[in-house]
Amino acid sequence: MQPKSPPNPGRRKFLIAATSAVGAVGIAGAAVPFLGSWNPSAKAEAAGAPAVADISKLEPGELLIVEWRGVPIYVVKHSTESLNQIDKNLERLADPESNEEQQPEYARNKLRSRREGISVLTAVCTHLACAPKFYPQLGVNDFDNNWQGGFFCPCHGSKFDLAGRVYAGVPAPTNLPVPPHYYKSDDILVIGEDGDVT
Amino acid sequence: MVTKIMNWFDDRLPLTATIERHLTKYPAPINMNIWYLAGVLLVVVLVIQLLSGIWLLMNYEPTAEGAFASIQYIMRDVEYGYIIRYMHTTGASAFFALIYLHMFRGMMYGSYQNPRELLWVVGWITYLLLCMLGFTGYVLPWGQMSFWAAQVIMSLFGSIPYIGEDLLIWIRGDYLISGITLNRLFALHVVLLPLALIVVIFVHILALHEVGSNNPDGVDVKKFKDEDGVPLDTKPFFPYDIMHDLYAIGVFLIFFCAIMFFYPDGGGYVIEYVNYEPADNLKTPDHIIPAWYYTPFYAMLRAITFPLFGLSAKFLGFIVMAAGIAIFVALPWLDRSPVKSIKYKGIYSKFFLVLFVISFFVLGYLGSVAPSPAKTLLAQIFTVGYFAYFLLMPIYSKYETCKPVPDRVKLS
Repeated sequence: MQPKSPPNPGRRKFLIAATSAVGAVGIAGAAVPFLGSWNPSAKAEAAGAPAVADISKLEPGELLIVEWRGVPIYVVKHSTESLNQIDKNLERLADPESNEEQQPEYARNKLRSRREGISVLTAVCTHLACAPKFYPQLGVNDFDNNWQGGFFCPCHGSKFDLAGRVYAGVPAPTNLPVPPHYYKSDDILVIGEDGDVT
Repeated sequence: MVTKIMNWFDDRLPLTATIERHLTKYPAPINMNIWYLAGVLLVVVLVIQLLSGIWLLMNYEPTAEGAFASIQYIMRDVEYGYIIRYMHTTGASAFFALIYLHMFRGMMYGSYQNPRELLWVVGWITYLLLCMLGFTGYVLPWGQMSFWAAQVIMSLFGSIPYIGEDLLIWIRGDYLISGITLNRLFALHVVLLPLALIVVIFVHILALHEVGSNNPDGVDVKKFKDEDGVPLDTKPFFPYDIMHDLYAIGVFLIFFCAIMFFYPDGGGYVIEYVNYEPADNLKTPDHIIPAWYYTPFYAMLRAITFPLFGLSAKFLGFIVMAAGIAIFVALPWLDRSPVKSIKYKGIYSKFFLVLFVISFFVLGYLGSVAPSPAKTLLAQIFTVGYFAYFLLMPIYSKYETCKPVPDRVKLS
């Protein structure tokens, strides 16, 4: 049997609101461990430590693939020939000046490199994270009639030049990211840390 | 004796009432045609998927190290393991084929219109769940295509401005797609999503039995009833419809078994050949192509190659793809036509429905092949065609001349 209207409706209302509020806080609190447990575990974080590569045997025009945090990092030593060609099609690039923050400050220069003549690029297409393939040969090929060397993504046809700068009119929106890296010595490249930034 | 037992139950559980409401007295319109079989076949496929899925689970190992090998183990060493797995892969494709037919039936006969809006919305949720089930399940074999499909789909979330990068790490639980990601997708695929699917399908059927089935003429069969209050143009679901359905299930299972036994790869569409290689995070396959049932939406994603309104092409592509899936839910409110069935709708509705079907198939083809400039342009054109069906509907469905709808079902 229900009374027609609750005695003291104001108090009823307050109690319902207070109970709902406390319940909501409780649910929010209980959600924390469930949502938080989806964050990277300590093990995953440890596996994300910097990668070290010996680049002494890297010849001009060659590509070295280093794995860091499970993604391929391309280390390209440019040949003189490709360095001469690299600015030949600036007008076809979407961001030739590297204005988008896709590289650390120290790599914000023409070839987006910390050391002259070497590009260190995260080989993860900025479209949908496929690994673009290395096509150093100049000239005509399947996907371009005037190719100046660079990377071509086989998934959705995005194109990048040898410095990882994206072409205009392809699905990828930005240049390939330059990961944080530094040279421990002439031959040793460390990927994943900025090192001494000065 | 039987009456006594039934009475005992009926005093404690609405047993007879439930059987009558959902089977022996459920009024099914007499003019239901072949399109009305997809629903019952979907239930059959649901059962197939649940059974084969549970049996796969008995031998599958959800780790990055062991997943691929455990699939090979199921295929080679477990007795009848290959049948169970092919049943599940064939079932996945069948699930999507049938739900697309089922949805198209609803679009053709205006089954989403008043009073079936909620029924349509709940059905749309089952489609969403099915998409998620398809994706999470696809990753579990941990082959090359599993890995890279996960990479591509998850990185879509990374394109969301401001929060994308952090959201991506949270979804993956790692800085890359790893065993951690595999484990959570596994948990979703075998527990959370199937549970949700079963509940939502249950609600879908409850809602259907509340408002009643639509029919190819789109007439309200409840308008004319006999003296017992039974709609005139209907017959009881059991035993009449069940008989058709059993026959249809038999025919369906012939095709199902033909694929499962003799053609389990489906020419690379049911199982993609690249997935016979174990996942390798350093080597992208030459062509990343989703399972056939996602290709129309994948083509839309790739069709957006230009930034707009300060949003990146990638994020826009994500939005368009998501909109392509989401827009179905708006149909009941986009359609302003006074009639339900395409039979009585005007010429524009017919034109746009045909355009939609063509767009869906062309996009489906384009999404399954490697991109080229000409194909991208084609995908852009048909993406527009796809959305035109929905977005122009409030206009063309309102201002066209419809044919008069008969009061009662016409049997030709």
